[in-house]
Amino acid sequence: MEILYENLLNLDWKMVVMWLIGAVLIFLAIKKDMEPTLLLPLGFGTILVNLPLSGAVTQVVDGVEQEGALTTLFNAGISNELFPLILFIGIGAMIDFGPLLSNPKLMLFGAAAQFGIFFTLCAASVFFDIKDAASIAIIGAADGPTSIVVAQKLNSNYLGAIMVAAYSYMALVPMIQPPVIKLLTTKKERLIRMEYVSKPVSKITKILFPIIITVIAGLIAPASVSLIGFLMFGNLIRECGVLDSLAETAQKVLANLITIFLGITIASQMRAEEFLKKETLLILGLGLFAFVFDTAGGVIFAKVINLFAKKKINPMIGAAGISAFPMSGRVVHKLARSEDPENFLLMQATGVNVSGQIASVIAGGMILNFFG
Amino acid sequence: MNIEVSNFVDNLYYMGIGMLGIFIVIGLIIAVTMILNAVTSPKKKNND
Repeated sequence: MEILYENLLNLDWKMVVMWLIGAVLIFLAIKKDMEPTLLLPLGFGTILVNLPLSGAVTQVVDGVEQEGALTTLFNAGISNELFPLILFIGIGAMIDFGPLLSNPKLMLFGAAAQFGIFFTLCAASVFFDIKDAASIAIIGAADGPTSIVVAQKLNSNYLGAIMVAAYSYMALVPMIQPPVIKLLTTKKERLIRMEYVSKPVSKITKILFPIIITVIAGLIAPASVSLIGFLMFGNLIRECGVLDSLAETAQKVLANLITIFLGITIASQMRAEEFLKKETLLILGLGLFAFVFDTAGGVIFAKVINLFAKKKINPMIGAAGISAFPMSGRVVHKLARSEDPENFLLMQATGVNVSGQIASVIAGGMILNFFG
Repeated sequence: MNIEVSNFVDNLYYMGIGMLGIFIVIGLIIAVTMILNAVTSPKKKNND
């Protein structure tokens, strides 16, 4: 009879708290539609790994190590960065660099909006050792796979918290960015209209672009080669014109398969003893800090450019330089239309948003070059 | 967890060099993209 309830005696309050956190993540995914592809598996996995003596993760029972499926998946796909990198192939296959190639100068805003990463690095280093600080700072890349790769390569002790922060804030971009943008811009600036001229981009440019970016990024930041290389490989499949079937598979089936395993596998790092620490709250705060200063970096850079430019730029597009694609571009477009219903910034903001994807990966490579 | 405020100032170096690095890489990518666009764009016919 005792065998039916003896495991209940292993339950402690911290596990119940983690169930509640898992339930909140599932609620946010289903009810609020916040990054459901990641938060739902992460939420369910959080409950799964916080059951007493959960067989989903490796446990030592009666002195014998019993390997759990999620630990096996973690070792096979996360600790060697395989899952996030494969996901990058799918993301690369989804991205249309057309608006960016049509107006390459927009890429400067993507670079400026990585400011939050490095500013957060300085702030986080006050509380954490430099490798953990760098892993936390990369939450500001607003790019889940980059955050996973960097945190994993730097052996961060806070992978679970970093993942929750990265994906939660990506979903919260429509709430985080508008107040920061409004704080840093005047109404007159927000009303600036930008003419969009779509220049034709040749097929050869679209094909050579991912190859050249990989070479340039690899020469300057070799640690970024796997990140940028997989992203650009996916894009090359998309643009080459002879692998449509593979491109479609990468965009849909491959990305979906990896996403299913990514969330639930990362949940293996969400065990109560690893997650319920005061550092977790600090990491969530620093992640928000990174997103705010990314946004500020892009907007302020655009304002500085306006001091010298003849044709004024709507500084709001600088905020789209964070990598959260396509939310950030849409946020800027909506904000512009809320000020002036005739002001359409979608194409410019999308171009900047795509450049943020490239710049955030380069930033991840820089961080790895410094501290890897 | 130790609080070391001086680390903030010490790591400003990485902030500077990191942002400079990103702008250099992005600058190169912009330059190459512009060259590619110029070289590969269809030439306009002059009807004068």
